[in-house]
Amino acid sequence: MTLDLEHFLTVGALLFSLGLVIALSKRNAVGVLMGIELMLNAVNLTLIAFSRFGASEQPIAGHVFVSFVITVAAAEAAVALAMAVSIYRTRETVEVDQLDLLRL
Amino acid sequence: MGPLVTDHWYDLRDLSNISREILEGIDKVAPSEVAYIVAPVLGFVAFFLIFVLPSQLIVGVYGERRIIGRMQARRGPNRVGPFGLLQPIADAIKLLQKEALTPKTADRAIMWAAPIFFVAPAVLLFATIPFGPRMIFADIPVALIYFIAISALPVLAAFMAGWGSNNKYSLYGAMRVVAMSVSYEVPLVLSLLAVVVFSSTMSLQGIVLFQADVNLWLVFMMPLAFLIYFISVSAELNRTPTDIAEAESEIVAGYLTEYSGMKWGLFYGMDIGYALAASAFAATVFLGGWSMWGLEEWVPPWMIFIAKTHLFYFVFIWTRGTLPRLRIDQLMAFAWKFLLPLAVFNLFLVSLERLLWVENDIGDGIVFAFAAGNLVASAAAAYLWARLLGYRPERIPTKPRLVREAGGYVPVEGQTGGGE
Amino acid sequence: MDGAGVGIAFWALAFVTLGAAGGVMVSRNLLHAVLLLIVTFIGVAGFFVLLSAEFIAMAQIVIYVGAIAVLMLFAIVLTPRTIRDNSETAMVGPAILLGIALGTVFLFVIYDTEWAVVASDPALSAEDLGKALLSTWVLPFEIASVLLTAALVGAIMLVRTSEEEAEDDA
Repeated sequence: MTLDLEHFLTVGALLFSLGLVIALSKRNAVGVLMGIELMLNAVNLTLIAFSRFGASEQPIAGHVFVSFVITVAAAEAAVALAMAVSIYRTRETVEVDQLDLLRL
Repeated sequence: MGPLVTDHWYDLRDLSNISREILEGIDKVAPSEVAYIVAPVLGFVAFFLIFVLPSQLIVGVYGERRIIGRMQARRGPNRVGPFGLLQPIADAIKLLQKEALTPKTADRAIMWAAPIFFVAPAVLLFATIPFGPRMIFADIPVALIYFIAISALPVLAAFMAGWGSNNKYSLYGAMRVVAMSVSYEVPLVLSLLAVVVFSSTMSLQGIVLFQADVNLWLVFMMPLAFLIYFISVSAELNRTPTDIAEAESEIVAGYLTEYSGMKWGLFYGMDIGYALAASAFAATVFLGGWSMWGLEEWVPPWMIFIAKTHLFYFVFIWTRGTLPRLRIDQLMAFAWKFLLPLAVFNLFLVSLERLLWVENDIGDGIVFAFAAGNLVASAAAAYLWARLLGYRPERIPTKPRLVREAGGYVPVEGQTGGGE
Repeated sequence: MDGAGVGIAFWALAFVTLGAAGGVMVSRNLLHAVLLLIVTFIGVAGFFVLLSAEFIAMAQIVIYVGAIAVLMLFAIVLTPRTIRDNSETAMVGPAILLGIALGTVFLFVIYDTEWAVVASDPALSAEDLGKALLSTWVLPFEIASVLLTAALVGAIMLVRTSEEEAEDDA
């Protein structure tokens, strides 16, 4: 069986759609973050697939970009979870549909 | 590898001859997919069942308990079999016939999955370790990061075990394990980074060949990195003096409280297995692997390697028998305030030396000068940094008057027992 | 990419990854969802190995499984017990429709475009990545380290309680 670019791109697209549904529909803040991380992983997979299969003068650019995406995702997850814990301390809830007022 | 080691299947100095003969024989007889499948099975049998499991049973279970017993002025297990050598088998039989209780409100799926995540790292790690010049199962070009990636898995397993047990003590143990492992991963990575900088390769076989090439083991080149690796790995493995997570006298058994029978046996066995894997990794990266300044052409290199692994494991046993347990805040302060700056200092020093070596095209002999300089610099840095942070050696008064002043008891000559 | 082994690896990894991602969506227990997310991360790392990007695969496991997943587990432990049931908001219907629509658009684009592909494997190693990061892309590299420092300080500041802040002022 020969694997092409389309196979990997399909997996990436399906992962991204699943991540999108999770991010838009979960009630817990950590659940939303899980969806976001899934979307970022799908993007990484697509970038590496293009770096491997695509015609380009600098195929390493895909790997470089993925390193930066992983870095930024880690920083964003840390800050988002710190915010979730801090919000729980003041508002006593982490449900996203109850956090709809800027001022308590 | 010199001309003495041959390609015959009976030349035991290179055990890969046997597996190569078997695979070539299968290739002639059956289609290529069969050899594809037989090769990993053969690798598993060879590496894990022949090299690791006997080491684990004899050195890990029996040797550890005997040696700690002698260090604590008592004999270890000596009842079962001649000199107690069948003790591991007795342990295994006992664990197999115990009832493995699971609490009713515990999360069964997570409790069932946790030992699996714990067993995997030990087995996965041995696949990449070179036992000889051609005896490596998988020569991954990024083997060093592979080790770091794998050392993140037992942390998750311990957390899953502690959480799934639905027990406060287990949760304390799980939190402590995660906090400690995450803290000690940073000095671990930095000390291994110094190794990568100096040998300019991340593949384990490459590092061993580098050490054989320059005739210098990396432990002499960067003693600080070796020390930091030892302490960090001892913390990741939850071994005394850093076994706060499963401290028997404090939180019952930490994250293992609700495990009994063979599930606990898996955790215990793989504790030893993973310690042996970390020792094998250290023997490869720091102690020169299968090379021994030319001796590996006579003595089988895998014997040299196993001897080094057991030597490193003996130092683990030694610290376990000797040092008391540290508190969790002492441990975390030690990791972040003491080990991390020292690891950065070591990385800086090694990078500087590598740059000087490569840019100026000096010969290979300068590494010995670097090693001597590094030894002095590392000792000075560690001592000065410890004094700066306020770690002072304890002064225990030994003269009788001082002892009595401190409130202790000094026996008077000619009397037994009694007090002041 | 030819061969039976590669084919088996791809289908097994695809099955595990997409199955675990689906499990994250439908699981009724938040903790099980995070553990299935970890399986997804490991699956994606497997895909990276299949695409000859071993360094990125190992970095993915170290960072995502070793750090981000542990962070999520801690956040779950520190937040209330009442909503650990991984339920959905009222917007779940439109979300699923949007997901299906977007997925369809993606699949159409993937199978309709004529991709410019090369047959050979560029065989990039960690050394190539290191050279690129320190020569062509050194500025984003340094900015990324500043970003991480800012995130570190920001996360610590966000979770300080008022007593700890009062200690500092005193």
